[in-house]
Amino acid sequence: MTTTQTAAPPANEKPAETRSWWRDDASEPLRRNLALFAVLILLIIIGIATRPDLYSDSTWVRNNIFTILELASVIGVVTVGMTFVIIGGGIDLSVGAIVALAGVWSTTLATQSYGAGGMIFCALAVGIGVGVVNGILIAYGRLVAFIATLAILVAARGLAAQISGKQTQVSTNTFINDIAANDLLGIPLLVYILAAVVAAGWVLLNRTTFGRRTVAVGGNVEAARLAGINVKRHTLLLYALSGLCCGIAAIMLTSQATSAQAAMANLYELDAIAAAIIGGTLLSGGRGTIIGSLLGVIVFATITNLFAINNLSTEVQNMVKGGIIVAAVLVQQFRYKSLSQLFNRA
Amino acid sequence: MRHLPDLSRRRLLIGGAALGAGAVLTGCTSNDSGDDDNNAQVNTGNNNANAAPGKQVTIGFSAPAADHGWIAAITNNAKAQADTYSDVEFKTVEAGADAAAQRAALQTLISQKPDVIVLLPHDGKELNAFGLSAMQAGIPVVNLDRAFPDAKAYRLQIKGDNYGMGVSAAAYIVAQMKAKGVSAPVIGEIAGMDELELTQERSKGFADTLAQAGFRVANRRAARFTADTGQQEAASLLQALPKLDALWNHDDDQGIGVLAAISQANRSEFVMVGGAGSKAAIEAIQADNSVLKATVTYSPSMASSAISLARLIAQGRGMSDLVELQVPKEITLASETITKENAGNYLKLGF
Repeated sequence: MTTTQTAAPPANEKPAETRSWWRDDASEPLRRNLALFAVLILLIIIGIATRPDLYSDSTWVRNNIFTILELASVIGVVTVGMTFVIIGGGIDLSVGAIVALAGVWSTTLATQSYGAGGMIFCALAVGIGVGVVNGILIAYGRLVAFIATLAILVAARGLAAQISGKQTQVSTNTFINDIAANDLLGIPLLVYILAAVVAAGWVLLNRTTFGRRTVAVGGNVEAARLAGINVKRHTLLLYALSGLCCGIAAIMLTSQATSAQAAMANLYELDAIAAAIIGGTLLSGGRGTIIGSLLGVIVFATITNLFAINNLSTEVQNMVKGGIIVAAVLVQQFRYKSLSQLFNRA
Repeated sequence: MRHLPDLSRRRLLIGGAALGAGAVLTGCTSNDSGDDDNNAQVNTGNNNANAAPGKQVTIGFSAPAADHGWIAAITNNAKAQADTYSDVEFKTVEAGADAAAQRAALQTLISQKPDVIVLLPHDGKELNAFGLSAMQAGIPVVNLDRAFPDAKAYRLQIKGDNYGMGVSAAAYIVAQMKAKGVSAPVIGEIAGMDELELTQERSKGFADTLAQAGFRVANRRAARFTADTGQQEAASLLQALPKLDALWNHDDDQGIGVLAAISQANRSEFVMVGGAGSKAAIEAIQADNSVLKATVTYSPSMASSAISLARLIAQGRGMSDLVELQVPKEITLASETITKENAGNYLKLGF
């Protein structure tokens, strides 16, 4: 069925090295993930130090973990799709707008009359549909990804405003609304959805030819094309995948807010890109991990939580987030100079 | 190439499925509920001396492209009120996304020679110069809600009372706490967009009035007037305050998300006050089945009033109930408190 027989090896991989898969791409991503994990621990320690009264209550701590994960769930799903696009050498600025369009389209009175199934189908179909349009513009129309997805961002928000008549559309579907309200075995359903999307993303990236091709295309397009990968079709599929993630996120966000509107998911593209970047995804493509992106999202959500429980304003929070992004990119630049060299000097 | 026949069949299937899905989806964009849901707030003024037809006038109107319910209601109300007058021609221009776009749109409006312009600026300071030049050119400007700093830039300013909203919300909460005998209540606040002056004024009115009673805001989160940000900020705030006595949310539209977060967290130990006065909020207060017990108004009905007054200004008439021969220069609406007791009266003003 497929036109290629073998997945192309990543362009910069040393040949004839027989390492097991988790060391394959060097242990550097693992190290970075451990560093992010350390940042997470640090944030929690700051939380405990600043609000010992709250952290001394174990029920509160458990609730707080789930609050953070629920806060991270929607943007986390978007970030999984974004990670694939960036690893594949692209960028998708339209994710927030796609979430809004899918959310609005699936909560019109006409769609709601088809019940929860109709709403979910609609959100997913709109997400994939807009993703495919992105993909066609970029892969076959040869538009720069930045420009194409920027245009779709504007157009999708416009269409969402048109459909909603600029009003907030309330979801009256109890099945949809209950997704965010209900738990299973004490764990919120949204957290299961996030876990499922992350697991599927991990398998897709690491255990399938699709994932390996994504890395190959992002690492060196020309080499990937010469190796027999249908680069155009693959690019199209990457943006469709990102759109699908946005569709899933739209259902989750609609459920959380029990409504949808054209201005929802504002600036999610920047949050998703930032999370992927601090998670170690190379903005130029060819490298990145799903787990890193997930940790990136959770770090940002934990910062938000830390600022909320200490009643600090959003301005300061945004400055701290900006600082963390800069620090992460600086670390990324040191990557090729080998971190171990730096450590040895110390 | 050898797979071409196979691929084309698959493409046909996928293409057909995509077309079918597209056809189904395009049928799903309708929001028409079938019943007459036009709830614009108009004053038909049957027994009002001002309602008598006068000179034929053209009213130009400009408001920002709406991204939430309140602004949408402003535009709808203005249009609906203009439609009730046989002597008014209503010309509207979309103000686009920012002050520069609105300035450009207003120039096209001026070229149509309106007798009066009703304007909800993106930002009063940034459009002050436009107000001045229109007034100098002899076109009266009615500023709707976002004041020009320069008094010469407008003929009439009609706006809501942001500081007063905070005062009303705090006064209600203080009265409730006193009635319950809570001496040191834990009070939360979900504000709107923090970079807007109106949000700062609301929060100042709230904090000032609470301070007079010896209360203070324990935690304040700023959302962005949208339901999804309201939900996120409320979820964070509820987590930060395991026990809460009162909560003020600045905007009923984002309140949809705030109420969702409250029910998702299974919390009900506190009273909540809303802001603006949406139809859904007033209905919820009347039904009295959630933590939402009151809302303080900031009604988009001011757009209807602005059109009525603009018509009188263009016709050179005064308000029939007042002694003055001309319309006053400044009107600030009072922020009223809607509770279960009076909710019935306010339903027709809900947006």
